[in-house]
Amino acid sequence: MLTDRADKNAEPLISLEGAGVQHNGHWLVRDITFAVRPGEIVTLIGPNGSGKTTTVKMVLSVWLPDTGQVRKKENLRIGYVPQRLALSASMPMTVARFMQLTARLSAAEISSSLSETGAANVLRSSLNALSGGELQRVLLARAIARKPDLLVLDEPVQGVDFAGEIELYRLIGEVRDRLGCGVLLVSHDLHLVMAATDRVLCLNGHICCQGTPTSVASDAQYRKLFGEHTAAALAFYEHHHDHAHHNGETIPLAESDAERSDAVPSPETINR
Amino acid sequence: MLEDFFVRALLAGLGVAVIAGPLGCFVVWRRLAYFGDTLAHAALLGIALGLLLELNLFFAVFFVAAVIALSLLALQRHSALPSDALLGLLSHGALALGLTVLALMTWVRVDLPALLFGDILAISVSDLAVIGGVGVFVLATLLVMWRQFLTETLDPDLAEAEGLHPRWARLVFLLLLALMVALTMRIVGVLLTTALLIIPAATARRLTGSPEAMAVAASAVGCFSVIVGLFASLHWDLPSGPLIVVVAFGLFLVSLVRRG
Repeated sequence: MLTDRADKNAEPLISLEGAGVQHNGHWLVRDITFAVRPGEIVTLIGPNGSGKTTTVKMVLSVWLPDTGQVRKKENLRIGYVPQRLALSASMPMTVARFMQLTARLSAAEISSSLSETGAANVLRSSLNALSGGELQRVLLARAIARKPDLLVLDEPVQGVDFAGEIELYRLIGEVRDRLGCGVLLVSHDLHLVMAATDRVLCLNGHICCQGTPTSVASDAQYRKLFGEHTAAALAFYEHHHDHAHHNGETIPLAESDAERSDAVPSPETINR
Repeated sequence: MLEDFFVRALLAGLGVAVIAGPLGCFVVWRRLAYFGDTLAHAALLGIALGLLLELNLFFAVFFVAAVIALSLLALQRHSALPSDALLGLLSHGALALGLTVLALMTWVRVDLPALLFGDILAISVSDLAVIGGVGVFVLATLLVMWRQFLTETLDPDLAEAEGLHPRWARLVFLLLLALMVALTMRIVGVLLTTALLIIPAATARRLTGSPEAMAVAASAVGCFSVIVGLFASLHWDLPSGPLIVVVAFGLFLVSLVRRG
């Protein structure tokens, strides 16, 4: 099972205790308590404005909590995959140069990271010329090339098509297996991250509910927040994952894609 | 050799052009062109205050530009006004205040065109020493903090997350820009200071494929403009500051044609 890979006794990479952020007299989030341990994938979900990004920014030390605490393991090395890049066309930047933005890497390290995310072919391209999906792969490759202890991804699937989304989550799972890093993921919906996540926190200004993807999906709070039909759509996934993990191995992508394509409702109905 | 006013002018212009290259790139990347203009206009207020209080003019201009830069940083965070309105407010406020103070000081004879358009041919040996010292300091800071500046420009959150210090980077960059303005206004004057920052960088953008190459190319384009502009101004007896900018602008037009 996925959860076995997380070492429950290991020192948390990052832990938030009753953390909250206030802005202009309003609480953006409050009472946030959770930890990410090595090898664990934790997903934050919630509607727009529910405080997902604020919570991530506390983890990244961009915002300091106004209440509560954020504790980091000493010398914690974070790899961050932002939602998008405010890259102005006025800056010439190749993928190869961008890979070295915050770390010195050898050419071999750069190309192996890009290959891992399937972006090796754009090594010499300009960052401005990439499609949404290619840019996401490059952003992920850059973050994992740092060999982070904690990988943080803020809605990594924006601008990526449905098949690309599934592929990206599979990739994140693989990276976790190889590096043994903790992963904190922000997602706008639960159904796609089901396969790749150990624990889900459902946010709406505070933590509504948390637990395994299955338990969150059946939680009354979650259903209230996201609507019954979303929860129903999840049933398909549960079936697949029960099936896929009987032998404890990752499903080969091509197979799982083919398998899913008939059962999965169209993305429009899921995303509302 | 330094006795020759033309050699001094050439050295001063080259010194300023070298540091204007990389700083100008950041001004372009971060969309700070109007911000640079505001600092340059504030320079006039610096000159006025410097003359009034009998301070070193370079430090007076740097001081006023730094104060304006830091207040903008604070105002942008807390004001209901949009950034461009704030910039216009401070820019023209400082310019008008500077002109008024200069006019009030009837006991000082001020060469206003020299302030507005630069007076590179009047550079003294001690001016050269200031340009050299400050230039080396700015270049060294740029080299040491290059990764910080670049990452902060691309994504401040990413910089913070991955152990850099974007808040410091932003502050230091603004102070470097204030230093740059204090140096440049002697060369091309208040009105053309941002031209020396932006035009070489814009030209370099069309010729290069990495941020570092763009910074170096911008310096080279700036140096070329200074050399050609100064010799042309000597040859045709035209004002040097505007001519340097005209050459830089011409190079930009040529770079447009080159790539089509």
